[in-house]
Amino acid sequence: MNWEAFWLTLRLAAIVSSILLAVGVPIAYWVTYSRWRWKFLVEAAVALPIILPPTVLGFYVLLALGSRSPIGRWWESMTGHTLAFTFEGLVIGSLLYSLPFAVQPFAASFGAVDTKLLHASATLGHSPLRTFQRVVIPLSKAGLVTGFTLSFAHTLGEFGVVLMVGGNIPGVTRTISIDIYDRVQEANYASANTTSLLLLGISFVLLSIVYGLNRRPWVAGPWK
Amino acid sequence: MKTAEAAPVTNATSSELEVRIRKRYPSPAGSFLLNVHLRALAGFTILFGASGAGKTTLLDCIAGLSTPDEGRIAIGGDAIYDSEGKVNQASWKRRIGYVLQDLALFPHLTALENVEYGLQQLPAEERHARSREMLKAFRVDHLADRPPAQISGGERQRVALARALVTEPRVLLLDEPLVALDRPTRSLIIADLRRWNQGYRIPILFVTHSVEEAFALGAEVVVLEAGKIVAQGQPQDVMLAPQLETVAQLAGFENIFDGIVTGVHAERGTMTCRIGKKLDIETPLVRGESGATLRVGIRAGDILLATEAPRGLSARNVLPGTIRRLGEMAGIVSVFVDCGVTFEVHLTIAAREALALAAGKNVWVVIKTHSCHLLRT
Repeated sequence: MNWEAFWLTLRLAAIVSSILLAVGVPIAYWVTYSRWRWKFLVEAAVALPIILPPTVLGFYVLLALGSRSPIGRWWESMTGHTLAFTFEGLVIGSLLYSLPFAVQPFAASFGAVDTKLLHASATLGHSPLRTFQRVVIPLSKAGLVTGFTLSFAHTLGEFGVVLMVGGNIPGVTRTISIDIYDRVQEANYASANTTSLLLLGISFVLLSIVYGLNRRPWVAGPWK
Repeated sequence: MKTAEAAPVTNATSSELEVRIRKRYPSPAGSFLLNVHLRALAGFTILFGASGAGKTTLLDCIAGLSTPDEGRIAIGGDAIYDSEGKVNQASWKRRIGYVLQDLALFPHLTALENVEYGLQQLPAEERHARSREMLKAFRVDHLADRPPAQISGGERQRVALARALVTEPRVLLLDEPLVALDRPTRSLIIADLRRWNQGYRIPILFVTHSVEEAFALGAEVVVLEAGKIVAQGQPQDVMLAPQLETVAQLAGFENIFDGIVTGVHAERGTMTCRIGKKLDIETPLVRGESGATLRVGIRAGDILLATEAPRGLSARNVLPGTIRRLGEMAGIVSVFVDCGVTFEVHLTIAAREALALAAGKNVWVVIKTHSCHLLRT
């Protein structure tokens, strides 16, 4: 069991899902309430990572982070090293990779809040932003936890993007899924099995939390 | 503010609501035009109309939840919407209280927190005190710590009213807020609302279908039909002498027939009207002449049924017929009797049992002359 890879993966997932909570809520807010006619294009772009092969996503992230791209050059001038094959690069790749797993549950739960409650809040003198904070967010707790948990779990198990963007540097970018792959390559099935079993267990527990939370609808009132 | 009665008194003239708007919007029947000019003074104004008449859209426009195509909405002379002056105040800045039929209480907050919600600008202590007072004024202070899901219908209604009123709105909009309640609860809430309004003089636009409510409130009635105001006045003028079909239907005329005057009996104060193909009934005399067309409205509860040919009756219209079908809702039995035209008759369940009424049975329909109301066509 490679504990270094395990803790690195947990750290990556925690950072990524926390950032996605902060970034995903405004995106989901916009997706839910915007009346822009081309909104569907943004929604499609956000959902892309669900169906795109991770290698394709990883490939473009790698290009974007490399020293030939403006982003890569800017980062290099700021920090003195490239983003590719670093933990930071891995975080950026994972953010994109797990974005829909946060934004979609957020947006779904925001959209499930009864418009009448929003209207009531407006006639009671609250701006749309205050209404969002005081009505939509509290009534979307289950969706927020779901999005956070799903993006966490999804990041735990990523493989293709990590390999493309991060490579396989022990202690820096080697995550557990890559560690499992390496063990199998070495024909060390026992070790691969221990790690796989752990990942399986964690994933099951996380999904149980998600489904357990959504079992009882928190949003609906009895008069709805 | 100690109690609802002790609320600051606003000047009646300065709180007048004036609405003059046009709005075209899509509806199931194609496009719908709301075109309303209405003034509401402090006190109750009842907005009467069938569903789809545009009542809710009108209230939404006043509250700022919907934008008219053109016109002006002003409270005490202050424009909150003016298409010419390019004024369109956001709904949350308008200070208009709005209580919907389904209340929209916040499910994640207690009753007290719901009432406090609109007082965000006040310090916590004052917010608390005022909300408590308002809950007390509407007799629900004992429920302060309960979430809406654990409060009964009538009490939820009171919480919703308290929540809207505690913010001291400039206008109050009530969209059938009492429709789901039983009669005693309804009249108690109306009494409380009235009492509050005597201390706090603002215009209250009250949407209702219930004639009873309109009379209980005794206020100016505005009848909305297909987006336009078709009648306006005191309830006894608008409701008791209905001239318009909307009013007639809302006032409970289940039976409405097109008729032709076939005879005028000025000396008796009656006329004979032919409804349907060949059914003559006697009605009160109105200014009309033979051959004039009009509409006859008869309340289902004003019609009697007899299982044998009645004799020695004062009622002038005794019509033989056959029961086509029976229905029952909320303790009222509806009997549909074919006498050439079909009459809907309302009876009690006991009457149905006693007369052993069933489809196919031959009966006599009895209608007094003055139960036949003549409506303008």
